[in-house]
Amino acid sequence: MLDHTPKRITNRSALVVNPAKTCQPVGAMYAALGIHGCLPHSHGSQGCCSYHRMHLARHFREPAMASTSSFTEGTAVFGGRSNLEESVKNIFAIYDPDVIAINTTCLSETIGDDISSIISDIEIPEGKHVIFSNTPSYQGSHITGFSNMVRAMVTSFAQGSARDDFINIIPGFIDPADMREIKRITSLMGIHFVMLPDASGVVDAPNTGRYEMYPKGGTRIEELIRAGNAKVTIAFGWFASAEGAYALERKCGVTPEIIQTPIGIEATDEFIMQLVRMTGKSVPNELEEERGRLVDIMTDTHFHFHGKKAAVFGDPDIVIPVTQYLLSLGMKPVHILTGTPGEYFVKKIKKMTDKAGLNSRVKAAGDLMELHQWIKNEPVDLIIGNTYGKYISKAENIPLIRIGFPILDRSVQTYLPITGYVGAMRIIEKISGVLLDRQDAEASDEDLELVM
Amino acid sequence: MRLTEKTEVLKERKDSVVTKSKGKRQTVACGMDSTAGTVSQRACVYCGARVVLNPITDAYHIVHGPVGCASYTWDIRGSLSSGSEIYRNSFSTDLREQDIIFGGEKKLAGAIDEIAQAYKPSVIFVYSTCVVGVIGDDIDSVCKDAQRKLNLRVIPVRSTGFAGNKSSGYRAACDAILELIGDAAPVQNRQGINFLGDFNLAAEQWIVRDYFKQIGVKMQTAITGDSTSEGLRCAIKASFNIVQCAGSMHHLARKMEEKYNIPYISVSFYGVEDTARSLRAIAIKTGNDKVIRKSEELIEKKSSETNKRLDFFREHLAGKKAAIYVGGGFKAISLMKQFADIGITAVIVGTQTGLEKEYEILHEIADNGTIILDDSNPFELEGFIREKQADILVGGVKERPLAYKLGVAFLDHNHERKHPLAGFEGALNFAQEAYNTINSPVWRLIRKDWRDT
Repeated sequence: MLDHTPKRITNRSALVVNPAKTCQPVGAMYAALGIHGCLPHSHGSQGCCSYHRMHLARHFREPAMASTSSFTEGTAVFGGRSNLEESVKNIFAIYDPDVIAINTTCLSETIGDDISSIISDIEIPEGKHVIFSNTPSYQGSHITGFSNMVRAMVTSFAQGSARDDFINIIPGFIDPADMREIKRITSLMGIHFVMLPDASGVVDAPNTGRYEMYPKGGTRIEELIRAGNAKVTIAFGWFASAEGAYALERKCGVTPEIIQTPIGIEATDEFIMQLVRMTGKSVPNELEEERGRLVDIMTDTHFHFHGKKAAVFGDPDIVIPVTQYLLSLGMKPVHILTGTPGEYFVKKIKKMTDKAGLNSRVKAAGDLMELHQWIKNEPVDLIIGNTYGKYISKAENIPLIRIGFPILDRSVQTYLPITGYVGAMRIIEKISGVLLDRQDAEASDEDLELVM
Repeated sequence: MRLTEKTEVLKERKDSVVTKSKGKRQTVACGMDSTAGTVSQRACVYCGARVVLNPITDAYHIVHGPVGCASYTWDIRGSLSSGSEIYRNSFSTDLREQDIIFGGEKKLAGAIDEIAQAYKPSVIFVYSTCVVGVIGDDIDSVCKDAQRKLNLRVIPVRSTGFAGNKSSGYRAACDAILELIGDAAPVQNRQGINFLGDFNLAAEQWIVRDYFKQIGVKMQTAITGDSTSEGLRCAIKASFNIVQCAGSMHHLARKMEEKYNIPYISVSFYGVEDTARSLRAIAIKTGNDKVIRKSEELIEKKSSETNKRLDFFREHLAGKKAAIYVGGGFKAISLMKQFADIGITAVIVGTQTGLEKEYEILHEIADNGTIILDDSNPFELEGFIREKQADILVGGVKERPLAYKLGVAFLDHNHERKHPLAGFEGALNFAQEAYNTINSPVWRLIRKDWRDT
């Protein structure tokens, strides 16, 4: 019933059906929540703020706080200056954050509000900060918005050029559990670091029976300032994090290293090797053993998924390493799509799938109708993506593994990592689980196997 | 933070927050623009229009603007369909920078063409969004041209986000519906009723439809739950309208009375009392003795059955306290009564877009000391929930995690409700859900020290 997708692929140049992305401000809002004591502020209509909060609240199952300039018709004509001035005053008076992180919207961008000049005219209380990023919804995607807000953190706060003995980590648009896992790995290596932003402890704050508007987590202002003194910046992903790393280089001379988000064995190896190269630290036994256990699982179970075809969609910095991991599991990622524009994505994936001898369909700035059409024309055994994949999954009777943003219909995933070796184990558990569950469900009585 | 202090309310909001005091004449200031800089729970014009029109199941809803507005509203209402599922897809023009500079009309026309080529649409709604309102795309004329060229209904929805609030969006949606039915020929022998302001969330409308069937009243068209474009055009065949969600549908009801001479009455199918009252009112309005008799029989049978089963919950929930924060006023009123019916007192009640008349009723039925508020924010809600020691919060998406953080039970009375809450069956589900969430063992596991202070 939900399947209205025609199999025949026709050229669409104006119509997007079932998007594989959303707009910049929600990414900026998520990034801003990764600053301790920060209230994101949406400079636009009330609806934008409400939608972004709703989306984040559904994905994280946490209260996602943000304020809005509440544009009216008058604002659209006369500009948003007075709304923003009033907002900043009210926010500090009522909600008392350390930082207000303003993101713009398509509306405030189009009417041409000059946020920088408006802020410079506002009296900001001692010890408080107001930062902003331009996040027009008609450019890029939510990932671009995340990237822009990270860059704003750097340009607003980072100072110094001391090359002290620590590194910066820009984790990108990933769940708090993954930020936590990356911190764990880095700490195990005995490396000091600043993670920016860091939403762990913010959007997965423990329940204490109290509501804390500003939970304990988040990157502290001092750390954001100190980031300028780091030896090097590791940024996960070319789409959500690279810009922040380059901004740190421009402003404070910190060397940027852009690598893949450490999802899967190879990307995690790459991350750890990068840490070794940059700091001269050795890999602790604990991590080696983790890797060993992962490889053990991969050998134990490789026949569960070897040769299976998969479709992967979602955000580019996640889809790239997930595709790589599927290849290292012997699977065939034949359809790979992101909604975020950027030909680099296509190049990067093509290189991997070509090497594997696959003639995969790859697209950036695509939508899920197209992905569905690809699947209709070349069926797969498995779909990996966010919740919106469930319509295709249902229509084509193909299992869906939920990885990415947003996930609106399952829980706990934001609390458990998919990054690092442990995360790689979880991904195998998920893949094996759905494939074998399917086999069991479809087996005739005589074919039902006890040992698999 | 601020554990025992009284909840602070911003100066600008003082008139919108009232503590009921018996015998005192009090009004809740409502319908105003939100204060800039607050964490308002409100949405925009587009949101209002979208939620009202979304349940039209065979419609192609094209959101003309950058992709966000389309993606956030993709299949977010649990309004069920008995036929087409096309409304659950997301169509958008995904405007890019070039379109903002050079205008998006061409792209919109292209998008309409592409839908017409790929499918056989019965109606296309084109929503205008904030940026479209600013760059000055003339969606009216694009729709008109497309309608002529493609020979299908293409209806503009004037829902530019900043041009008012959610209520303005309801109005824009009503206007779009009027435009859809506008050209239908007048009917002589009118019969049956239209059900305005039910969206068939979790199949609620089907429950009510079944009651109508049992008492011999024909439901002509529901607006908009499980409706189709053809069904909507037939709405003019009805002898009268019943209006549930007045916030969203009052405008349409009034216009239909004006234009097609179809009168309306207000109803609510939430709670035993309101359901019985509404069925009775409808039966009387038909003027048909047989219908009146049958409705009394149904009310008698269903009320006594339901009340018997509700006794269990009354016994177990008596003395509990509820906080209500919902979109519209009618729902808040019904919820207060419904809670009262199972022994729960509403200690806080508020809405995003309630009307003055509705606040008067809320004030009238509220207990002394109940906090009544309009366009509240999490900060106030948190404070009052603690101050009043509410046991359960009723609200929507954004309120749910707040309640849970406070260790307070939660009941979803919004798009995400999982069980029908309407009619007699719904009254039982409501009590059962309240009972389940209040009695979940999880609350005992939370350190709830603020309660001891």
